[in-house]
Amino acid sequence: MKQALEANKPLAAAADKPPLLKIANIETLYFDRIYALRGLTLAIREREIFAVLGPNGAGKTTLLKTIAGLLKDQPNKGTIEFEGRRIHRLAPERVSGRGIVYVPEDRGLFRELTVKENLEIGCWGRRGREVREDMEFVYGLFPILAERGEQQAETLSGGQQQMLAIARALLRRPKLLMLDEPSLGLAPLVARTVYEALLKIAQTGTTILLVEQNAKLAFSIADYGYIMEAGRIVLEGTAAELQQNQDVQELYLGLGGQDASPKGWRLYKKRRTW
Amino acid sequence: MDLIQSYAEELKLIRKPFTKVWVWGLVLAVFLLPLYTDQSLVYIATLVFMFTIGTMGQNLLIGFTGQISFGQAGFLAIGAFTFGHLVRMGVPWPLALVCAGLVAGVFGLLVGFPSLRLKGPYLAIATLGFGVAVYQIFANSPLLSGGRMGLTIEKLEPFWILSAEQTYFYLYFLIAGLFTLLAYNIVSSYMGRAFIAVRDNDIAAEVLGVSLTRYKLLSFAISSFYVGVQGGLLALVLGYLEPNMFTFLVTIDFLVAVIVGGLALVEGSILGAAFVVLAPQVLAEYRALVPMIYGLAIILVLIFEPLGLAGRWLKMRLYFRNWPFR
Repeated sequence: MKQALEANKPLAAAADKPPLLKIANIETLYFDRIYALRGLTLAIREREIFAVLGPNGAGKTTLLKTIAGLLKDQPNKGTIEFEGRRIHRLAPERVSGRGIVYVPEDRGLFRELTVKENLEIGCWGRRGREVREDMEFVYGLFPILAERGEQQAETLSGGQQQMLAIARALLRRPKLLMLDEPSLGLAPLVARTVYEALLKIAQTGTTILLVEQNAKLAFSIADYGYIMEAGRIVLEGTAAELQQNQDVQELYLGLGGQDASPKGWRLYKKRRTW
Repeated sequence: MDLIQSYAEELKLIRKPFTKVWVWGLVLAVFLLPLYTDQSLVYIATLVFMFTIGTMGQNLLIGFTGQISFGQAGFLAIGAFTFGHLVRMGVPWPLALVCAGLVAGVFGLLVGFPSLRLKGPYLAIATLGFGVAVYQIFANSPLLSGGRMGLTIEKLEPFWILSAEQTYFYLYFLIAGLFTLLAYNIVSSYMGRAFIAVRDNDIAAEVLGVSLTRYKLLSFAISSFYVGVQGGLLALVLGYLEPNMFTFLVTIDFLVAVIVGGLALVEGSILGAAFVVLAPQVLAEYRALVPMIYGLAIILVLIFEPLGLAGRWLKMRLYFRNWPFR
């Protein structure tokens, strides 16, 4: 399903454009002493899908929260620039106003409100005819939401909740959509539906930054990937390159043969190619 | 069934012709109340109107924005004494009433600041501290509270052909009506949506561009404005103020009114205010029972009817609309 996307968008040409989001050397601390991100640097180019992979506790969610401005007084060090303007230490609603919308891991739905009311709050602060167009686009993307309009958000299934969360984020017209583990807790088939929708969203020109544990799924749509470990980016490359990397194959794709075991992990730690 | 076709329709308060009929019928019935009842009932109705305003303010804060505040007695006292002092200084009472609301609103803004850091029970304790502190300040400073004699305020002159009670009745009916309309409009505006978003999921609200700081503070300010205005009206109807009228029990009254009436329902505030005013009147012979009745009412409502009296009313309407299906 990726070829359709790549046809629209020559990758090589995009590389020399200035990045949409530029993160340089950021440090994020919890409680003033626990390092979650240590000197992390990455760049996100327009109209591409980026995936950030890594084990538990690597700081993936912290990275997204730091960008979204949800952590008070963080990042401690370093700069985050969006479209050439600094956004670090900005209040979350201002970051959102610049066009970065974050979909939290727990989906952050207004659980007691109906699907329609959730979407209406997604349009908050917007007016005019575009709102209706966006509503129609969203309903076209996820027809189930139109069907379930009057249902309470908490009564939806996991997949439908995820769709609602993404739909609500889209109604802010994001330039950069940040998703925290969109496949979490979803049946493989449902996760695939969600990912197909993400691909369609990317085709409309929205840049997507994805944090994911399910590497196979992430590589199926991502153009570029970052591997995080202990608060740093340890490896980066196009999705194709990463999938060729031996360590990625062993640890994330489960292609390592008999080495994919606790013993293999110990060997990896000893080897530590990055 | 009733699909909303346009935004103009969504903003309408009354959507169906039949609703219009009974709402206006109800307004008319209340308007003519003094003609077919005695003075004491008219006075009680006046108190209900007055209490409705503060309850609505409290409901905007607790029900819609989800910020628990136990400082209502403090705002009420600030509103009442501001009104009292201004009227004694010769300020006309309508202006003094607005000032009472504004001063309470400013204090609401200040008390709102802890809400930016605190949540749930912690915020409740912080605001409780405010309410108790205000009471203590008024109780211990004769300059503010008028000393042992309290503060006497000139009452309204009877207007035109009306008796004094009827003057108060119609005036308070009008003011409560205005504040009800205002509350409905706040709730259905972008502001109301922001309040609801903050209540249900503050992270999601922030991510969607709602400023937590602004809307939490705004909610506190609006809520205390309402309560402050009620304080002014209280001073006007009683003609007399002393600090003992603003103990913690008043805060409990507001809380009971909001919960029994119905959280996050504007019409619930009216029913809740009626409950809180009427219960002590009905139980006039057994005053000691009133707090027990309140406690029991809260427990029963939370178990059996979480949306309160207004929720029951909504269900009844739904039942008749769908009749004979259920």
